[in-house]
Parts: sequence; structure tokens; C-alpha cells
Amino acid sequence: MSTNFNFINRNVFDLDDYSAEEILYILEATKGMKEINLREYKKIPTLKGKTVCTLFIENSTRTRMSFELAASRLSADVVSFQESTSALSKGESLQDTVYTLNAMGIDLYAIRHSSPGSPQLVHKYSGKPVINGGDGRHAHPTQALLDIFSIWEKIGSLKGLKITIVGDILNSRVVRSNLIGMKKLGATVTVCGPRTLMPGQMEEVYGCKVQYDLKTALKDADCVMGLRMQLERQTEGLFPSLEEYTKHYVLSKDTIKWAKKDALIMHPGPMNRGVEILPEIADSTQSIIIEQVANGVAVRMALLFLILGGKA
Amino acid sequence: MKKLIKNGLVYYKGAFVKKDILINKDKIAEIKDKITEKADETIDAKGKYIFPGFVDIHSHLRDPGQTYKEDIVTGTRAAAKGGFTTVCAMPNTDPVVDNIATVEFIQRRARDLGFCKVKVIGAITKQIEGKEISEMASMQEGGIVAVSDDGHCVQNGKLMMNCMKYAANFKIPVIIHAEDYNLAGKGQIHGGKIATQLGLSSIPAIAEEIIIARDIMLAESTKAALHVAHVSSAKALELIKQAKDRGLPVTCEVTPHHLTLNEEACVHFDTNTKCKPPLRSEKDRLTLLEALKSGLIDCIATDHAPHADYEKELEFDKAPFGINGFEAAFASLYTHLVAKGHLSLERLVEAMTSAPAKLLGIKAGVIEKGAPADLCIADLKGKVRLTAENMLSKAKNTPWINKPLQGKITATICDGRVTWQA
Repeated sequence: MSTNFNFINRNVFDLDDYSAEEILYILEATKGMKEINLREYKKIPTLKGKTVCTLFIENSTRTRMSFELAASRLSADVVSFQESTSALSKGESLQDTVYTLNAMGIDLYAIRHSSPGSPQLVHKYSGKPVINGGDGRHAHPTQALLDIFSIWEKIGSLKGLKITIVGDILNSRVVRSNLIGMKKLGATVTVCGPRTLMPGQMEEVYGCKVQYDLKTALKDADCVMGLRMQLERQTEGLFPSLEEYTKHYVLSKDTIKWAKKDALIMHPGPMNRGVEILPEIADSTQSIIIEQVANGVAVRMALLFLILGGKA
Repeated sequence: MKKLIKNGLVYYKGAFVKKDILINKDKIAEIKDKITEKADETIDAKGKYIFPGFVDIHSHLRDPGQTYKEDIVTGTRAAAKGGFTTVCAMPNTDPVVDNIATVEFIQRRARDLGFCKVKVIGAITKQIEGKEISEMASMQEGGIVAVSDDGHCVQNGKLMMNCMKYAANFKIPVIIHAEDYNLAGKGQIHGGKIATQLGLSSIPAIAEEIIIARDIMLAESTKAALHVAHVSSAKALELIKQAKDRGLPVTCEVTPHHLTLNEEACVHFDTNTKCKPPLRSEKDRLTLLEALKSGLIDCIATDHAPHADYEKELEFDKAPFGINGFEAAFASLYTHLVAKGHLSLERLVEAMTSAPAKLLGIKAGVIEKGAPADLCIADLKGKVRLTAENMLSKAKNTPWINKPLQGKITATICDGRVTWQA
């Protein structure tokens, strides 16, 4: 594969800024990183002297840990900023927070924030590369990359694959980034969920298929991804009860039969066992849910390595 | 003190004609093909256009109480720079304009310090809280030209019916900001494809339409004159058309930004594109433009809504709604509609002058003998580039900042006084 890609100092706001070839290059790099994670001493000195800041203004323990592990394994220094213990809750603006952090000499920010577009702001204020670790319902490109890597590693190519994503599409940043990335690599994606949890004009925006009926949506699927169903959507008046949701949209032994035999089962976590997915499926041999988590660290290592110009 | 403006193309009786204009003190003394009379000051307007001073029936001067965003001096200076000679101030100040004392306070400040004439719009409900009818009749004695809870919307249908009955009793026009709070929710941008793409909560057009439908029915039953502020959706226009066809006293305005931009403008999370109602789809925008041409939309109003830099310099969903309007209004409309052949200059000028003035019964918006000497002079080829440095408004929250525009107001005269000169 050609290595004429330049990732140095690039932002990862979402996958629309990256070509199919660049995404494939990231996947190759991830493969190399995954190998490091299997060693007894999981550390290489490549980013020694660089400082990565995880700027988490919305709580997310696992994504933050994944970024921090990734940075540590490449020997970068890591500092963590969390809203609960920070000045932001005292009324400091994001702009001032970033100015302050930047003065301490940060080389790259990984940000999680409830407001769409906030990674762009962090870049604007810092002038440093920013990796989006999830901005509201907008995008979650590293999750999409690890999902794509997990499929790519198992099947080899996404070209012509049929991927079905089931659940709360409206509130999912994971879906939005996956739709962009999976389409670039040639997969056909179907999103499925009740109409109240489906944003408008999905076909037009993403070139995906929209189904409201699980059986139709799962037909011939090579991969099936469940999404976390949050109880708070019930109080928002979007659906009547988890029981009724489960009855129509759960991934179970019975419903997964509608997909291809041996279809990959995925979930970005955290799972609500018994709501959107049953343990019989989540823990089955078809499931790659735990591997997704492992791949998350490797994907983030690959991005940090490429963006901060690590020496191979 | 006499001023003579020579050789300009004057918007006169609905057309552009070459005329000389003689101003005596605060009135237009004469308009003729050629005036030879000696004046104290002569302005040569050769190659330039002369419009009646623009009239804006929807603006926020933020004075009293929010003068960190704008005040009467900076707001009216910005208005004068934009060619305006009369602006109407919305009542959502602090304190709210829901009593005669505040009406008189604003009028006095504007008279003493203003660079254009300011008409006051009073609140529909006390504190614009949507709970009790405001003292609109007293405020009318104080000089208000209409009532509105702009920025807010009376949600209670029974109360709104009573407000409109009461307003009809005193023949006070009612201006509505149509927004059903439940349907709008915490929405940030139009409920369309960009909201889907950006993952921002959406404000569906139906949040606006359903209130317009309600208030048209209330207008019919109460006989109140209803004016729909900043109409933004194609369906809303259908409702207004039906009302007009039935002969109801219903009118509406459109903002320059809804005529020139659509939801795509929000795609880079520029908080200067965040406004209410939100920038809608291209189909909506084109329908608004057609309706402005046909007269279904009565006039253009800026909804000048200044916000401090630090308020807009936030995450998109944390920034306030509103677009700074006065200084970009004419140039943005001229550049994107008239210069491209989508709208005639005559209709643009009418919709910014005589049409809004007539709508609220304000004596302004025409150039004729005996009228107030309110006018502006425009160099249509003149380049305009608004920057943080050259804007006169305290706030800089316009999507047109640092963008090239065309159609420069070179001078504004209000009551015979030069209030702006480029």
C-alpha cells in the first residue's frame, strides 16, 4: 500500500474528512498497533515528549480510558480534564479552558462534549490537532473506525457488505459516523428503529436505507449492530416502555435468524442486556462486542501515531 | 438650512427617475427634474440612487438593561449606516416595555441621542411572561405603534384570544413571534437535513406554523390586526395566503437572512447563523422570495438582534439566537437577490420603506414634497465588507462579517440631518 498519506497534525472531527484510501491506511496501522497490545510489555517510545490532553466535558469513563491507554502505550504524557472537577462547572467558557490548557503545552486534544461542533471550537482556540471522542449526537469517528476495523479484520473488506444498525438512531453519534465511514468503504447500511427515534431525511443525507420493521431490516445482513436504548427517551415521550421496545426491536436468537447465518453481532456499549440485546446473542460466538473494545485502544493508538508523527 | 441633492436616481412614485431634491430644515421642500435654487449645501449624487430612508419594523436595541449588547446610540448609528431612518424597537428589554414610563424613557433617549427615529413596540403581556395582558392602551397614549411579545410567544390560547380582543378594542396591531414551545423544544436549527447531519436538536417548521394557524383563527374571531413577524416556512405562507384571500387583516414580514440563506449556512457550526425562527430549507427560502415578489409578504424587517461576542463565542447549542441586522441588510439583499436578477430593486426598496411604514401607520418611507426629509443615498457598485473594526453596532454577530458584499449606503439623511456619511 502506498504510504503517501499525510496525517500529520490533522483533525479527526468526523470521517467525512478522510478518503476511503486514508481510512484503509488507518486500518492497516491499527493492525500494527493491535500487535503491540498483545505483547507482555505494551509500550513503545514513539511519542515520547508529546502531551495528549483528554478533554472530557461529558462523562465517559471507557472512551477516556481507551484514549489514555492508547497515548500511554505510545509513551506520550497524558493529562485529563473532566467537567465534574473542572472550572467549566464554575462558569468558565470552553474558549478560556482551552486557552488555559494550551498554555501548558498540549500537543493534541481528544475531546468528548455534549455540544455538536465543539471539537472544531477546540481546534480553533488551540491551533492543535483535535480528535473527536464524541460530540453530542453529531459524530464519534474513533468509535466508527473501531467498528469498521472490527468488521474489516473479520471479513477482509466492507465492499458489498450489508450492515444493519438497530435502535435509537435519533440520539446516536455512533450511527452518524459509521454511516459515513461504512459507505465510503462500499457497504450498504440499513438503519432500523421506531419512527420516533429516526431523524428525518436519513436516506438523503447518508444514502442509507431506513426500515421500521426489524425483520425486513435484518434480511441478508452480514453484520448487525445494536445501539444502547436509554430509559430517558421514555420520559421524553419517544416510546412507551422498554418492554414494548424490546418486543419489537430486540436482538435475540429468534430475531437474529432473519440475518445471514453467522452474521457478526456488534454493539458500541454500554449494553442494556435484556433491552436491545439478549445475553444469548451478546455472548454468542457470533458476537465481537468484546473485541470491539480491544480494537478501540488500537485504533486510537494508530490515530495518535499518525497525527503526532510517531517514528515507526 | 437648505440642502440640495442633485442628479440622483430617485425612488419616486414607485420608479427610479432622475430628480433633484431640495430639503428645507427637516422636510422635503421640492422634487423636480432640475432645481436651480441656491442651497446652503449641495450634494452631487450623480450615478447614485436615492431611496426613502429605510423603515425597520422589527429590531432589538437592547436599551434599557442589556446595553452590553447594544444601546440606543450604537444601535441607531448602525441603523443609520445601513440606510435606516426609522426603526421599531421590540419590548424584550430589561425592564420590559410593558408600561408607559418605559415607552417614554426609550423615546426620550432616542430623541436626545439617536441617529434615527425610534418607534416603540409594547409588550402583549406583562413582563412578556404570557400570563396577564399588559397596559397596552396606556402605552398607546405614550406612542407605541404595535404590541408584541417578540422572542416569546403567548402559549395560552385563551389568554391570546383576550389579548387580541383587547388590542382590537384600541386598534393596536398585534405582532407575533410564532413558536409553539413544546414543538420547538430545545431545538437549535431547522428540522431538516442539516439537523440530521449535525446531530443538533431541531426546530420543526410546524412549531411556527401551528401558532400562525391558531392566531389567524383568533384574528378572525377577535377582529384584531395580526402581523406575523419573521415568517420562515413555505407552509406558513400558505396559511397567510388563505387568511389574506379571506380578507382578514393579516400581514407578514421576512428577514434579510431568511431571504438570502438556508439551513446549509449552519453546517460549520457558525453561531452567527443561529436564529429564531431558524434558517430553513432552500425550498422555503425560494418560496419566501416568490412571496415577497408577489406581495404575499408585505415587507422586509431585519430582526436586528445584537449579542456580545463572548455570548456567541460558545458551543453552538449554548449560544443565544439572533442575527445582527442593520448594517448588512441592504447590501446582503442587493448582492444576493437584486444583483443576481432574482428581485427588482423597486420591490426591494418598497419592501424596506413605504410598505413597512404603511403597515404600522408610520409617516415615513416616501420621498415627496412635504414629507419628512428621510432618505439614503446608495452606490450600487460600492463594495461593502463588514469587519469587527468597521461595524458600528456593539455586536458583530452577522454571518456576513468579513464577506464581500455590494451596494453601499454612502449617506443617510434623517429629518434633514446627515446621520451617516461613508
